[in-house]
Amino acid sequence: MSGHEHDHGVPTVPEGTDAFPAEVIARLEQDAKEIIGRYPKPRSALLPLLHLVQSEEGHVSRAGMHFCAEQLGITLAEVNAVATFYTMYRRRPGGDYQVGVCTNTLCAVMGGDEIFAALKAHLGVGDNGTTEDGKVTLEHVECNAACDFAPVVMVNWEFFDNQTPDSAKSLVDDLRLGNDVAPTRGPASLCTWKQASRVLAGFDDGRAGEGVQAAGPSLAGLTIARERGWTAPDPANLSRPAQGEEETK
Amino acid sequence: MTTLTPVLSDNWDRPDSFTLEGYRADGGYRALSKALAMEPEAIVDLVKQSGLRGRGGAGFPTGMKWGFLPADNPKPRYLVVNADESEPGTCKDIPLMLANPHSLVEGVAIASYAIKSSQAFIYVRGEVVHVIRRLRKAVADAYAAGLLGKDILGTGFDLDVVVHAGAGAYICGEETALLDSLEGYRGQPRLKPPFPAVAGLYASPTVVNNVESIASVPGIILGGAEWFTSMGTEKSAGFGFFSLSGHVTTPGQYEAPLGITLREILDMAGGIRAGHRLKFWTPGGSSTPIFTEEHLDTPLDFESVGAAGSMLGTRALQIFDETTCVVRAVGRWIAFYAHESCGKCTPCREGNFWMVQVLDRLERGEGTEADLDKLLDICDNLLGRSFCALGDGATSPVMSSIKHFRQEYIDHVEKGGCPFDHARSTLWADRTTTTGGNQ
Repeated sequence: MSGHEHDHGVPTVPEGTDAFPAEVIARLEQDAKEIIGRYPKPRSALLPLLHLVQSEEGHVSRAGMHFCAEQLGITLAEVNAVATFYTMYRRRPGGDYQVGVCTNTLCAVMGGDEIFAALKAHLGVGDNGTTEDGKVTLEHVECNAACDFAPVVMVNWEFFDNQTPDSAKSLVDDLRLGNDVAPTRGPASLCTWKQASRVLAGFDDGRAGEGVQAAGPSLAGLTIARERGWTAPDPANLSRPAQGEEETK
Repeated sequence: MTTLTPVLSDNWDRPDSFTLEGYRADGGYRALSKALAMEPEAIVDLVKQSGLRGRGGAGFPTGMKWGFLPADNPKPRYLVVNADESEPGTCKDIPLMLANPHSLVEGVAIASYAIKSSQAFIYVRGEVVHVIRRLRKAVADAYAAGLLGKDILGTGFDLDVVVHAGAGAYICGEETALLDSLEGYRGQPRLKPPFPAVAGLYASPTVVNNVESIASVPGIILGGAEWFTSMGTEKSAGFGFFSLSGHVTTPGQYEAPLGITLREILDMAGGIRAGHRLKFWTPGGSSTPIFTEEHLDTPLDFESVGAAGSMLGTRALQIFDETTCVVRAVGRWIAFYAHESCGKCTPCREGNFWMVQVLDRLERGEGTEADLDKLLDICDNLLGRSFCALGDGATSPVMSSIKHFRQEYIDHVEKGGCPFDHARSTLWADRTTTTGGNQ
């Protein structure tokens, strides 16, 4: 989950134009039709549709919400109520790269707090701030299910494991300079925020085969099991103790 | 002595483990062929006999959950996989889906057949784009190979599977909030009953299961109930991932029989990081009361952990050494619960908001001893009085830390500040160079 604050109370619909340009609507309508077609009931398509409009503009605008409302035959208020509940939808424009530093307890203790502080100082922005060049939006995020790789930084929701203040500063420098950057466990290169949003809407970018199957800590237990000859019991020979047990002293 | 039992992680050292070819090369989808030749009821019975209990934290028997679907309800049935892994410390389903997504897809096909569903959803948290790519590719390849879709393997069984990305909300890991979210609404928990088995997705009979639970099903089909129960304890059968993180020499995933102890896992993993000692740990994520050194030999099964005053949860073993300030740790967790509270019920929404304020001032050394009673009083108004388990969970770190480390809270009060040097807790604190640089 990202660090955007929930808008408790009455969420306001952002200012702006009410509709996308006609050519954008024509293009997105095709995508919307495909998304809606995946579900037994159209309303289930709302979350992916919000990812879709975010892939168009980089955030969920008033026009984007109108588009979702029209596709599903629901009100703008209904769309807004959902868009404001989920933290992955940006309420305002942001950078090409969303850099999220995990500051939940485990990562914070392991150095996430130091990384977040270093990046704020290095980039000259606060939480949810965007650099002047429009490249990087910095935020702190909640647990992203990679605790064995702590401290963790996410960029456009790809894993950058075992970070330090220095490695994180190099990372954002590379992002701002346009240098190639590859996640620890992810595709061979980072895609932009808009491209990632399109994957989240359910449109493949053909990159599932890139990157490692598993790395480091994911293999810790398996590596030990291989070294010591430990396996799960053999279903064909259950009376015998699990292999390896007799080998250990 | 307990040994590791890699099953779901057994193919993770194959570089192509996530592909259909790689999965099949190790016998993947043989369980589906076998299952489709069985009666659906026989599969439900087999999973009941195996004793498989939900791996998402609550530990409800999976086969029994399947058996709750009413036989006389004419509405379509749905299988929904809860892949919204977000409980702090929990990091097993994400690497599983990254490395071995077909084990989940095969489990989905078998479970759907067993409960007579022709539509399944995998609700995966949105913040893991590459995992979503891998899952969608696995589903697409399974369709192309005739393992999903129409007339699967020529048996007449039809199944559609949709991978649905969430959008950032811890609460959607709660099964009824997940269903509301999947229907396109704010993810807020529903009043139970009715339970999802009776009125779940679109008010239809629905089974909601965790990723690891469903991925464990193919192995049970092939190995049998006796194989599964040959691991684990009598009431906590089988194997599961134990996710070791924090101040340890070798953090990572350890797939082992339920009932293994932290001491055994630490012995395998090289222990606490060099020069330090264990201070406190969570057996199953931030919502499970913390343990200390005295619990090193507690068997990590549902019953033993419960009897020792905590919960097995998701087997998320977050390890903290003596450099860690417990007040800071707990304060951060409560800030998380306050942020993630859906706002539906007052005890959770207000209780967490106020606990953040109290814990903040305690950590800064501006609190009083009476603040501890205040925290316990708020917990008393949360535990069992909130709408769902999120509110209950928030009380776990607060109450257990005051129980085990009351003096440390008071030290903050008396010192007028935090007595710990947080820099000593970091990953790079003990490195010989002081650059804070890369490894």
